[in-house]
Amino acid sequence: MTALVIIEHQDAQINPLTSNILNAASQVSSKVTALVIGYQLEKILEQVKILPNISQIIVADSQVYQHQLAENVSKLIAKHAKDYDYIFCASSSFGKDILPRVAALLDVEQVSDITEIIDQSTFIRPIYAGNAYTEVKVEAKPVIITVRASAFDKLTGEQNNVDVISDDTIFEASKTMFINKEQTKSERPELTNARVVIAGGRGLQNSENFQLLEKVADKLNAAIGASRAAVDAGFVPNDYQVGQTGKIVAPDLYIAVGISGAIQHLAGMKDSKVIVAINKDPEAPIFQVADYGLVGDLFEILPALEKALN
Amino acid sequence: MKALVAIKRVVDPYVKIRVKTDGSGVETDNVKKAINPFDEIAIEEAIRLKEKNIVSEVILVAIGDDKTVESIRAGLALGADRAIHIQFENTLSPLTTAKILKNITEKEKPQLILLGKQAIDNDNNQVGQMLAGLLDYPQATFASKIEIADNQATVTREIDGGLETLKLSLPAVITSDLRLNTPRYATLPNIMKAKSKPLETIDFDSLGIANQNTLEVIKVLEPKKRQAGKRVENVMELIDLLKNEAKVIA
Repeated sequence: MTALVIIEHQDAQINPLTSNILNAASQVSSKVTALVIGYQLEKILEQVKILPNISQIIVADSQVYQHQLAENVSKLIAKHAKDYDYIFCASSSFGKDILPRVAALLDVEQVSDITEIIDQSTFIRPIYAGNAYTEVKVEAKPVIITVRASAFDKLTGEQNNVDVISDDTIFEASKTMFINKEQTKSERPELTNARVVIAGGRGLQNSENFQLLEKVADKLNAAIGASRAAVDAGFVPNDYQVGQTGKIVAPDLYIAVGISGAIQHLAGMKDSKVIVAINKDPEAPIFQVADYGLVGDLFEILPALEKALN
Repeated sequence: MKALVAIKRVVDPYVKIRVKTDGSGVETDNVKKAINPFDEIAIEEAIRLKEKNIVSEVILVAIGDDKTVESIRAGLALGADRAIHIQFENTLSPLTTAKILKNITEKEKPQLILLGKQAIDNDNNQVGQMLAGLLDYPQATFASKIEIADNQATVTREIDGGLETLKLSLPAVITSDLRLNTPRYATLPNIMKAKSKPLETIDFDSLGIANQNTLEVIKVLEPKKRQAGKRVENVMELIDLLKNEAKVIA
């Protein structure tokens, strides 16, 4: 079985979760090809070459692919996909945008956001925001898969001697024009990739009080997240949101502060290894999923936590 | 210009779902249903564009059994002008759904096709992108802002770590994210008016589209339950446990 993994990258960095995707791909295929699409990819290639279990790299390096637009990138992926049994990509905003379009061009269904591989053709994926899971069997080739990266460990192992093949095929994106991208600037680890996440909810009361979280986050090298209630109230930007309609995270340690634990939020964090809940309401549903619960006033607890972590 | 909005009838997002004990699926009989929330946002956006005189007509399209008409009427009550109901008893795959929407698009020739980014039942997040691929139209998924001018749509998208803005030549497919707008409530006069708005019913079989699905659902499972852990008394105890029991901090 052969697999093609689409390498996601930005600002000369590959997605740090790429080796989690490679782990998924390696469970069905011993021969993995990486497809790297973009512009001025020298630094990206260096990072891809040292990843484990890649036997070949296909590079499409052209200015037309600079902004990785669905309109033309999907055509390039579809062109190569025909030669493989499986196509893998992260179920990130990039993978979600591009891969269904590839599936349509190939006239096959896609398996979205898998969390487990049962065998060569059977996969588990969440439905209803993780309130149920479905086991699906795929009968057509290629199998198009987006992977929930946090559900798979990073692949470790030997790097191979890799062939690098260049593909100079140009597909224009004549109907889509890139205008700009605004990245939320942060010194902290990226939310979906952080080992520790500390998240705040409506209990924080306002945007200034998120600084109390930041001080604790500094001590733990944690990413900061938020509940939908905190985002909707305008305390923090939308890309902080953890939950069904926001980011799905599974860090080693998740600290929920002033978050009641709506189903919507739990769907985004309940696969974390250790969950800590800090809330003044002892009946808050968040305590039902927390390994450690601390009932109390977060405005006293957060400064104490910061001090104790010194 | 016409706007086509594809909507799906799903289990109401505020209902706690139950997995059938035989693992054959999620219980949907006698459960409250609603328009998929992201699709409702797509309807709202189309109506706002009509109110700005950019869109001339808002057409809804939905696939499903007879009860789907209830959701279609609810969408018409929000302010859509007319609707198309593709009659089919069971669930269709995302790709088949996209093929139906392609068929309707070719007949209706809308300049703007709006869909929710995903349905909250199967969470596939595929149909809009597949439709754009089949039509070779430009796409903008996860839209949080849409501006239409000079036969182009400038769309801000919610992407990992920030926002991206694209300009698409129309016709185009746009999928809505949560923060695109807040949908209005239907007023009683509009609910009454919706009852007499044109609704065309098309039998799925008459479209000549094969009902293929290369994905077979083997079973539906309950999620793994997490056990509630212990209550701690204070910060020092918490830190001690995180260090020495859970071993997640140094």
